[in-house]
Amino acid sequence: MWAVETSALTKDYRAGFWRNRSQRALDRLDLTIEPGEIFGLLGPNGAGKTTTLKLLLRLIFPTSGHATVLGRPVSDLRSHARIGYLPENPSFYDHLTAAEFMQYAGWLAGLDSRTRRLRTGELLDRVGLAASAGLAVRKFSKGMVQRLGIAQALVHDPELLILDEPMSGLDPLGRRQVRDLILELRRQGKTFLFSTHILSDAETLCDRMAILDRGRLRGSGSLREILGAASSATELILENPQPAALDALAHFTTAAVRTGDRVRLEIAAEADLPTVLRTALDADARIVALNPIKLSLEDYFVARLGSRENASGPIADKSSVQAPKAEAARR
Amino acid sequence: MSRIIPIAVHTFKESVREKVLYSLVLFAILLMAAGILFGTISVGVNEIVLINLGLTAISVFGLLIAIFIGISLVWKELERRTIYNVLSRPVARWEFIIGKYLGLALTLLVNTAMMTAAFYIVLWWEMGRLGAGDLAPLEAIYFILLELALVVGLALLFSTISTPVLSAIFSFSLYLVGNLLDDLRDFGERSGSAAVGLLARGLALILPDFGAFSAISQAAHGQMIPAYRVLSNSLYALLYVTVLVSAAILIFEERELQ
Repeated sequence: MWAVETSALTKDYRAGFWRNRSQRALDRLDLTIEPGEIFGLLGPNGAGKTTTLKLLLRLIFPTSGHATVLGRPVSDLRSHARIGYLPENPSFYDHLTAAEFMQYAGWLAGLDSRTRRLRTGELLDRVGLAASAGLAVRKFSKGMVQRLGIAQALVHDPELLILDEPMSGLDPLGRRQVRDLILELRRQGKTFLFSTHILSDAETLCDRMAILDRGRLRGSGSLREILGAASSATELILENPQPAALDALAHFTTAAVRTGDRVRLEIAAEADLPTVLRTALDADARIVALNPIKLSLEDYFVARLGSRENASGPIADKSSVQAPKAEAARR
Repeated sequence: MSRIIPIAVHTFKESVREKVLYSLVLFAILLMAAGILFGTISVGVNEIVLINLGLTAISVFGLLIAIFIGISLVWKELERRTIYNVLSRPVARWEFIIGKYLGLALTLLVNTAMMTAAFYIVLWWEMGRLGAGDLAPLEAIYFILLELALVVGLALLFSTISTPVLSAIFSFSLYLVGNLLDDLRDFGERSGSAAVGLLARGLALILPDFGAFSAISQAAHGQMIPAYRVLSNSLYALLYVTVLVSAAILIFEERELQ
């Protein structure tokens, strides 16, 4: 039995003043998530990540296709008792304190009053909000709201956690705590499905992931499988190479950057490496380093989705913003 | 079914923590204090004035609370996206709507009970005694509660489909029209046109008949309401509320929570 299974899941939204225009948010999504795994849903804004999660919780309804959660169709509310959900940018009731809200969440989940009290104290402590348990939620910072969101999703000890941007608004310490919490809960056998913009978190946490773009599934599998499908490259760093050497190597390189007396060359094809090295040595160039360039998810995003985003404009994504920084760091 | 109680209790708690509620209760009490003043001026009829004024205050302030809290019952949860906290759990949409309805109904019941207690204290203070004849206002208050139950149903229904401002306008308008149904029937009969007569009778049948719950004047004169009227009004309110809440559920079941 899959923890989550979708089959040709499609969602069209009605748009326009007369609601006569149809806008496809999710296009025939086929997805399976195994029990006990951490599955990441990645993609730029408007990719269909939140739409997918909301369809699984029956907050919105599919146009076609179907989905099951924990072996039951999404329309069966019994499975909701085994799901914990953190919405994107969660919002809570201003008139309640953190502890009162946790109690309410536990009550809705069907917990008895003693268990509610126990779980409230335990979880607020776990997410670092024990000292703020009696504070009204309206006085919470964005990071505190996010922590409370994670605590309420866990109140009934669910088997499956559906988290929409769980790291959003958290400081580095908070992100670390949440990462540790997710890994600890995975060891207890919980299944996670989360969407994220923060690619490094996906790389660190996910067993498998799916990449969505404009409602379509662009790839899924483990990090290795996804990146393996993309091309990799090798960097060659030369010290004080003669112009003739660079001219001879130009045919094999996809990029060349000079920094001081060093030149960094990128060689796309692995098959060219022996020829490149021989050419460099023949031209008396001093080889300082030869390294495989480890492809990251950011690189994958920039390569696969970034160029089209820049061309079309409306889909802005943090990944494309973060990419130049990663590139700079690698250099 | 069991999820209705937490939602109702939460709605009650939220309403009670709204500061506007306290101020309205305060105003009602102040108005009854004014009743004492008027009662003193109108020698011999002070009890009638006091009962009239007190019951009207209970009705008007209950109406204001029912509409102003009712119109945002569902809308606020949708607008602030707090609804995700509820419907992502094993809570059916009909349970949410009924829980919300009962929560506000409970608020109004408690609120009306408080105002009733204040009203009888004022009455006792002013008259120096309370007798069996003073039970008549209780029947009028029961009718006020039935009326409020209907208004909450209307506000809740509008809250699932519209913004608070429009919902307030719709609710107030229907309340006003619902108090003039006798005039509407009368107009239909006098019009001389069969079509207009039919239309007027049809509208009078469909629109909520708030005029049927008017019993303040009778209570002020110590007249008890016949049992059949109490029974028919109770059944009418129950039926109408069931229709309103069912309509709200049907609409909300189809609503996408984007």
